[in-house]
Amino acid sequence: MGSTSSTLLKIPNVEVLMQETGFSPAHIIRLHDRFKALDKEGRGHLCPQDFGAIKELAMNPIGDRIIGAFFSPGKETVDFHTFVKILAHFRPVDKDRPKEPNSPEPINSRSNKLKFAFQLYDQDKDGKISRDELLKVLRSMLGMQVTEEQLESIADRTIQEADLDRDEAISFEEFRKSLEKVNIDHKMSIRFLR
Amino acid sequence: MELKMFILVLGLLVGSLMPLGGASGSPGSGTGQDECKKNNGDEKNGNKTTKKSFPVLTLDYKKVRLPFEISLWVLLASLMKLGFHLMPRLSSIVPESCLLILVGLLVGGLIKLVGEAPPVLKSEIFFFYLLPPIILDAGYFLPIRQFTENLGTILMFAVVGTLWNAFFVGGLLYGVCQLEGTNLASVNLLSCLLFGSVISAVDPVAVLAVFEEIHINELLHILVFGESLLNDAVTVVLYHLFEEFTNAGTITVTDGFLGIVCFLVGLCGRSVRGASESTACILAAFTSRFTSHTRVIEPLFVFVYSYMAYLSAEVFHLSGIMALIACGAVMRPYVEANISHKSHTTIKYFLKMLSRAQVSDTLIFIFLGVSTVAGPHEWNWIFVVATLVFCLVARVLGVIGLTFVINKFRIVKLTSKDQFIIAYGGLRGAIAFSLVYLLNPDHFPKRNMFLTAIITVIFFTVFVQGMTIRPLVDLLAVKKKQETKRSINEEIHTQFLDHLLTGIEDICGHYGHHHWKDKLNRFNKKYVKKCLIAGERSKEPQLIAFYHKMEMKQAIELVESGGGSKLPSAMPSTVSMQNIQPKKPLQDRALPQLSKAREEEIRKILRTNLQRTRQRLRSYNRHTLIADPFEDGLDEILIKRKKMKELEKKISQMNNYLTVPAPPADSPSVARARLASDPQAWGLKSVTEIPTIKVELVSPQNPESVKVVDEFSKKGSQPKGSEEEGGLTMRVPSSEKQRKDKTPDEEPQPRFMRCLSDPGPAAEEEDEDEPFLP
Repeated sequence: MGSTSSTLLKIPNVEVLMQETGFSPAHIIRLHDRFKALDKEGRGHLCPQDFGAIKELAMNPIGDRIIGAFFSPGKETVDFHTFVKILAHFRPVDKDRPKEPNSPEPINSRSNKLKFAFQLYDQDKDGKISRDELLKVLRSMLGMQVTEEQLESIADRTIQEADLDRDEAISFEEFRKSLEKVNIDHKMSIRFLR
Repeated sequence: MELKMFILVLGLLVGSLMPLGGASGSPGSGTGQDECKKNNGDEKNGNKTTKKSFPVLTLDYKKVRLPFEISLWVLLASLMKLGFHLMPRLSSIVPESCLLILVGLLVGGLIKLVGEAPPVLKSEIFFFYLLPPIILDAGYFLPIRQFTENLGTILMFAVVGTLWNAFFVGGLLYGVCQLEGTNLASVNLLSCLLFGSVISAVDPVAVLAVFEEIHINELLHILVFGESLLNDAVTVVLYHLFEEFTNAGTITVTDGFLGIVCFLVGLCGRSVRGASESTACILAAFTSRFTSHTRVIEPLFVFVYSYMAYLSAEVFHLSGIMALIACGAVMRPYVEANISHKSHTTIKYFLKMLSRAQVSDTLIFIFLGVSTVAGPHEWNWIFVVATLVFCLVARVLGVIGLTFVINKFRIVKLTSKDQFIIAYGGLRGAIAFSLVYLLNPDHFPKRNMFLTAIITVIFFTVFVQGMTIRPLVDLLAVKKKQETKRSINEEIHTQFLDHLLTGIEDICGHYGHHHWKDKLNRFNKKYVKKCLIAGERSKEPQLIAFYHKMEMKQAIELVESGGGSKLPSAMPSTVSMQNIQPKKPLQDRALPQLSKAREEEIRKILRTNLQRTRQRLRSYNRHTLIADPFEDGLDEILIKRKKMKELEKKISQMNNYLTVPAPPADSPSVARARLASDPQAWGLKSVTEIPTIKVELVSPQNPESVKVVDEFSKKGSQPKGSEEEGGLTMRVPSSEKQRKDKTPDEEPQPRFMRCLSDPGPAAEEEDEDEPFLP
C-alpha cells in the first residue's frame, strides 16, 4: 500500500478529480485498477468493445444504453476522468457535507442521479421521454415475453400517469415527481463506492 | 350502553366458566388439578344419581368438556377483542396486548377467588397450536423486498444482539446473585445464562401487537420485526445448550468446547432446516400447480405444508419459527401465481383470523394474565429488579453498539431516533414465559423465581413500553408508514434502475447486492418458475403481472360504479388482458352509447333473419382484414378478403331489391342502418331467400354464394367464436356513409392476434352481443 501515492501521481489531474467527484484516494486507485483491467490493450482509454467484453453486461437488457452513457456524443473513447466522473453518480450521498452556498451541486446528488437515469431513457436528448423512447425501453426490458400491444398499452398508461402538462411525453420534472416516493439515494448508490 | 351489555356478557361467561370448567380450563392441565376435576365429576354424577328415576334429562358434560371449554375461551377472546373496539378512546391509549393481559388477570383472579385453580398456559398448546398461525401469518405476508434489503442489519441484530443480551444479562445476574446480602447463592452460572438467553429474545407476538398499531415507517418495522423473528434461532440453540449442560451436571472444558460447536452447528443447522422448509415450499408450490380443478382445497395445502415444516424443524430442535417464516415467504410467490383469487383471499383472511387479529394473539395474552395469577410465585426483590434493569441496559447498549458497526456498511444509515425506537421496541412476550415454564424444577430450583422475574419483565415491557411508544413516536416525529400504492411509473423506473445498477456494478467489477439479486432472478425465471407455476403464468414478467393487477382493479371499479361508459385509456389494455388470461370474465366492455330501443330493434331483426354463421361472418368486413404479415394464415386472410369483395359486389347489386325480401316492419332508417352496418348479413340473407323469389337472378351465383357462405362459416366460425368468447372489441365510431364497417375495431392487428391465439369457438351465442354503431 506504500505505492498508493506513486500510483496516484501517475494519474494526471488526480486532485481535481477527487475534488470534483468526492472519491477518496483509495477509491480512485481501485477504479484505476479496474480501468486498466478493462483496457486490455493498454491504450489508456476505453472503447465500446472493451465494455462489450464484460459478459454480464451483455446479458443486461439495457446494457448498450449504459455503455452509451459513458461516451459523450461524438467521442469514441472514454478516458479515465470521464470514467470516474460517470461512476461518481453512483456514489452514496454524503449526508453530512457542509453546504457551501457557492459550490456546484455534487455529482452524486439526488438530482444529478436522476438526471443521469433520465438521459438513459432520453436517447435523442431533447429533454423529454417520448412515447417511442419509452416503448423502446420497455421492449428491451420485457423482451419477447409480451406482445406489442401490451407494451403499447403499458406505455400509454405510464405516460398518462406521469404526464402532467399533457404533452404526451415525460419531462425531467415529471420524471422526478413520479419518483419522489422512491428512495433514490438508496436505490442508485453502490456501496463500495462510498 | 354497549359497555354495560358487554360487561354483562362477560360476567355471564366467566360465571359459566367456573363451575363447568372445574379445575381444568384447557386441555392438559397440571397434574395437581386432577383431583379437583374428579371431585367435580363425582359431584355431577352424584347429582345425576339422585334424580335418577328416568333419564329424561341427563347432564353429560364430560363428553363435551374439552371442546366446550376451548370454544368458551375462544369466544371470550373474541368478545374481548370486540369490546375493545367499542371503546375507541381506551384502545387509542392502551395497546390491545395490555388490555388483554389485564382481562386475563381479571379472569384468572376471578377463577382463583372461586377457589378453582385457573388454567395455565401449557407450553405444548402454546408452541404447537397458538404460535404457528401467528408466525405463518407473519412469514406469508412478509415484505420480502425490504426484508432482503435489510437482511444484513436484521441478522446482526438478531444473532449478535441476542447473544450479547444473553451473556450480559446472564453474567451480571450471576454477579448479583453472588453478592452478599442476597440469598441467591444457589443460583449457578448456567441457570443465569439460561435465564439470560431466554429473556433477551425479543418477542414477535408482542412486537407485532404493538407495532401494528403505531404505523411507523417500514424500515423500522421490518428491522424490529425481522429481528424478533430471526432471533428465535439463537434463543432455541442457546436454550437447549444450557439445558443440556445443566442436565449433565458438571461442565468440563471439553463440554464447553462442544457447546460452542453445538452452537455453531445449531446456527448452521439452518441448512438442515432449510432442507425441510424448502422441501415444504417446493412441494406446496408444486402441488398448487395442479390444483386448477380443485380450487377449494388450495388453502389447505399452504397451511398443512407450512405446519409440517414447522413441526419437522422442531423435531431437530431447530428453530421452527424460522422454518415457518422461510417456508411461508418463499412459497408465496409461486403459490399465489397458481391459486385462484378466491383461494388467495381465503388464505389471507383465514390466516389473519387465526393469528394476529383474532384468536391466537388474544388467547396468548389472556392466558398470560391468567397464568400470572395462577402460577407459583417467588418474589425476590433484588433479583427481579436487577433483571429488569439489566435487560433494559443491555438492550440499549446492544443497539447502540451494533448500530455503530452496522452503519459503516449501510447506505441509508440509522439515525439515533431510529436506534431509540429499535431499543424501545424490544418487547418480551409469551415465548420467553413458555420457555421458562418448560424448565424442569429439579434442575432449576429457582424456576419459580425465574418465572416471577420473567412475568415482571414481560409486564413491564408490554405495559410501560407498549403504552408509551405511541406518544414517543409522535413526540420524536418518527416517520410514519406511507400508505401509498405504487404507480406503474415507479414500477417501471425501479426495474430500470435495478438493471442500471446491475450494469454499473458489472462495470466496476464489484459483485454487489444487485449482481446477486439479478443472478437469483435469472435463475428463478429460468428454472424455478417453470416447474412451480402452472402454464402460461410462468412466463409472465413481474411488470406485466403488476400492470394486470392495476388494470383489473380499475376495471372492477369501473364496473362497480355502473360502468357502461367507455374506457378511453383502458381500451387498449382490455385487449392485452385478453391475451394473457382468456378465462377472465368479461368485466370491462367498451360499449358505445346506443339507445336501447334501437338496440332492441336491431336485435330483433337479426334474430329473425340471421343465422349464427352469418353473424360470425359479419365481423369479416373487408376493412378489417388488413393483413398482418407476422401472423400465420395470411393466405387465408387474402382468400377471405377476395370473397368478401365479391360478396359486397353482389350486395350492392342487390341493394336495388331492397324491398323484396323485406324483414318485418322496418323503418327505413333502421334498414339503412342495417344495410350500412351489415352488408354481408343482409346479402346472405337474401341469398337464401332468393331462391324462392328470384330464381333467375341468383341461381348462377347461388351455388357459389352458398359455397362462399360455407367457407366463410367454416373459417369465420373460429375467429368470430373466439371473438364472442372474448367479447371484447374496441369500438371506434365510424361514419356510416362510406365505410361499411360497423362492429369491429380499427385495429385488426390485435384482433387477429387475439383470434388466432385464442382457443377455438366456445359456447354458442344466439344473441347478438355486439351492438351496431348507430
